[in-house]
Amino acid sequence: MQKQYIRTYLNNKLLAYVTAAACLFCAMLMGISIGTVSIHPMTIIRVISAEIFPFISLGNTDAMHANIIMNIRLPRVLLAGLVGASLAIAGAAFQGLLRNPLADPYTIGVSSGASLGAVLTLFFGLSIPFAGMFTLPLFSILFSFLTIFAVLLFARNIERSMKVETIILTGIIFSSFLGALISLMIALTGEELRQIIGWLLGSVSMRGWAYINIILPFFIIGAILLLVNSKELNAMSFGEEKAQHIGVDVQKRKMMVLVAGSILTGAAVAVSGTIGFVGLVIPHLTRMLWGPDHRHLLPLSILMGSGFLIIADLVSRTIIAPAELPIGVITALIGAPAFGVILMKRKNKL
Amino acid sequence: MLRVQQVTGGYAGAPVVKNISFEVEKGELFGILGPNGSGKTTLLKMLSGILPHTSGDIVIKGKNLSEYTPKELAKIIAVLPQHSSQAFSYTVKETVSLGRYAHQKGWFQSWSGKDEEAVNRVMEQTGISQFQDDDIQQLSGGERQRVFLAQALAQEPEILLLDEPTNHLDLSYQKELLDLLSVWSKDCGLTVISIFHDLNLAGLYCDRLLLLENGEVNINHVPNEVLKEGRIREVYRTKIEKLPHPRVAAPQMVLVPERSQAESQLEKRIDQASLEVKEDLLVLRSPFPLKTMSSGVTGSGTGWNRIFLNRHVSKNYDCSDHRAEMAEFVREIGFEPGETVGMMTAVYIEDYSSQFYEEDTFSVFVVVTAGVGNAVDASKSEEHSYHLTPGTINTWIFVNGHLTEEAFIQSIMTATEAKTRALYDQEVIDAVTGTIATGTSTDSILIAAAQQGENLEYAGTITPLGKLIGKGVYECTVEAIKKSQSRIKR
Repeated sequence: MQKQYIRTYLNNKLLAYVTAAACLFCAMLMGISIGTVSIHPMTIIRVISAEIFPFISLGNTDAMHANIIMNIRLPRVLLAGLVGASLAIAGAAFQGLLRNPLADPYTIGVSSGASLGAVLTLFFGLSIPFAGMFTLPLFSILFSFLTIFAVLLFARNIERSMKVETIILTGIIFSSFLGALISLMIALTGEELRQIIGWLLGSVSMRGWAYINIILPFFIIGAILLLVNSKELNAMSFGEEKAQHIGVDVQKRKMMVLVAGSILTGAAVAVSGTIGFVGLVIPHLTRMLWGPDHRHLLPLSILMGSGFLIIADLVSRTIIAPAELPIGVITALIGAPAFGVILMKRKNKL
Repeated sequence: MLRVQQVTGGYAGAPVVKNISFEVEKGELFGILGPNGSGKTTLLKMLSGILPHTSGDIVIKGKNLSEYTPKELAKIIAVLPQHSSQAFSYTVKETVSLGRYAHQKGWFQSWSGKDEEAVNRVMEQTGISQFQDDDIQQLSGGERQRVFLAQALAQEPEILLLDEPTNHLDLSYQKELLDLLSVWSKDCGLTVISIFHDLNLAGLYCDRLLLLENGEVNINHVPNEVLKEGRIREVYRTKIEKLPHPRVAAPQMVLVPERSQAESQLEKRIDQASLEVKEDLLVLRSPFPLKTMSSGVTGSGTGWNRIFLNRHVSKNYDCSDHRAEMAEFVREIGFEPGETVGMMTAVYIEDYSSQFYEEDTFSVFVVVTAGVGNAVDASKSEEHSYHLTPGTINTWIFVNGHLTEEAFIQSIMTATEAKTRALYDQEVIDAVTGTIATGTSTDSILIAAAQQGENLEYAGTITPLGKLIGKGVYECTVEAIKKSQSRIKR
């Protein structure tokens, strides 16, 4: 009977992973295929396979198609995927840790902190020795970490129990304040930082492979840090005291989750600017579909988040083609109403 | 199992818990009591390692609390807090399974057969197996509390800490939970330390109680010693009285509500005016309930009653189910048996005798009906065969004063002695033995007190109250005997 139970359990979860992976795969194919030049999915698969396995011949594939895939669309899709994955898993973790289904790197102000870090780096032309191109993400990460600490400290001072609404309000206060600082700096610099404004709205266009190299190591570190804490996140979502009663080393685990969340957010913001609501909508949707258990919620959120952002990017560059919308506009158009619905449902329940 | 030595601590600033020491043995059910803000929850949080203590030692199984890692501690101590928050829709089983966290080993912390078994067992024990796949957010407060109890038990702890565990439970679940805890502590050696709000529950189930007052130990002793009227009144600063539990050797504390000024100043008292004499029924209606101790047919024992009946029945009255018949009768004439003391007599009601006696601060109203057809000498009563006939000397004593339980009993003694003396002086003879009777075979007595006004602690024969009762019962009994005897002569 026990075996039976485990089997149905596994099958259930297996189905979840298969579905989520299939969604991601389709999203990637669509993201690469659709554009001013349409590319047949089979061509995409052939080109990418040939790139990975040199013994597969490209055959009679158009060299221009191969070029578009490998140099323009694939890096763009991968970057969108990684950013989406980072934001979604960070959001899922923040929500579990703060016992707050409305938490998300954007709503609690961490994204703004990361932006400020990035803008400061550009403004002062900062550079960490030997860090090279990682200077910018490192500063973003540092600032997102500082921001989340400040937000939590502030919220706790207002109200010990740290109600959902308090944290969100605090996040809004911090976002506005940090946003104002960024605007101030942009105004002070004149022309050269104007381009930042576009970047701030969030975009994954024209970034190329270099940006993937920047985000990938941080994504791997952050995701692993969170995945090994998924059980602890389950416990902490019942409250820190409860988690400690169950045997979780709360101080240590909480720090790990906060650091990991900051790494993921900071790196995502460093490569793509602030893209809101991915971390809110995706974990929520995933939880609704497959339950709140973080051991599955986190990896499923990665798959769903990357798929979602790839599609959002696709929409942003095709909907008013040839012009492009910032991707943040699309996510906010979907995310903000979702945020409202979640808030409303919570209120009804109380 | 657990030793607390001179522990002080609390939240930043002033210590909430001051210099507390106590020990709990394995298998004990240990209760922590105290008014709000006395430091109960703070103390419990220190025991579970959530709050640090600034001085003193907490030693668990011979090892200092601070030397345990969270996981080690979770295998020994489980906690059921007062409120458990749940932000997400975990299933019941997922929630309970979290309790196994400390037992899972290795990097992947895989779920073993032993974990599965433990989870199924505790769900069975707490009666939540049937909704193991339900969402905990959909459960009722009581069911949820049981889920978290199961989660704590899944830790397979040696010590279970509970913070007012019965808070959200209705009566039957309160009892069920405490019965379970009691069984586990006795049979499985589980040490239970629990905060209680309800003094009575604590007194019923705990082996020992720790009473906290302003963060300090007031007393640490068995329930009977801790739950003393004076102590509880002082610590909780409220009016409270202690009663024995009807079935278990445990004290029960009851609250005494403050009477409104207007009510307590009521100068109403029970006297001749309250008495109504009908053809075959003597009715006394009290404007307010009286505390009574009586041997009537209805309303016997102790209680609170407003209506008092003495009913004439024929000598041939069938006594086979006299209680039910009497209750029926009471209902028929428009009274509620639940607030009525009813007695029966074969004597004609008009032969009753009553008298009002007054002292400075209290008064007594006595009503007697007396027939001596069944007169018995109590010292030789073994010569009588047992049969029940309607009571023949019915004595009612109404006291406009406040009587202690002791005074109630002494009133009965005093009245009985006075009655016996009346029979002696009237030379009432026991027909079987030929000696002077001490009473009749089915006499009834009622002591009813207003429980307002003067506090009358005693009612022995030479106390002020005893004097009135003795005199009153004697005089009324003599008069009533004379009346009924003269009727017989006629």
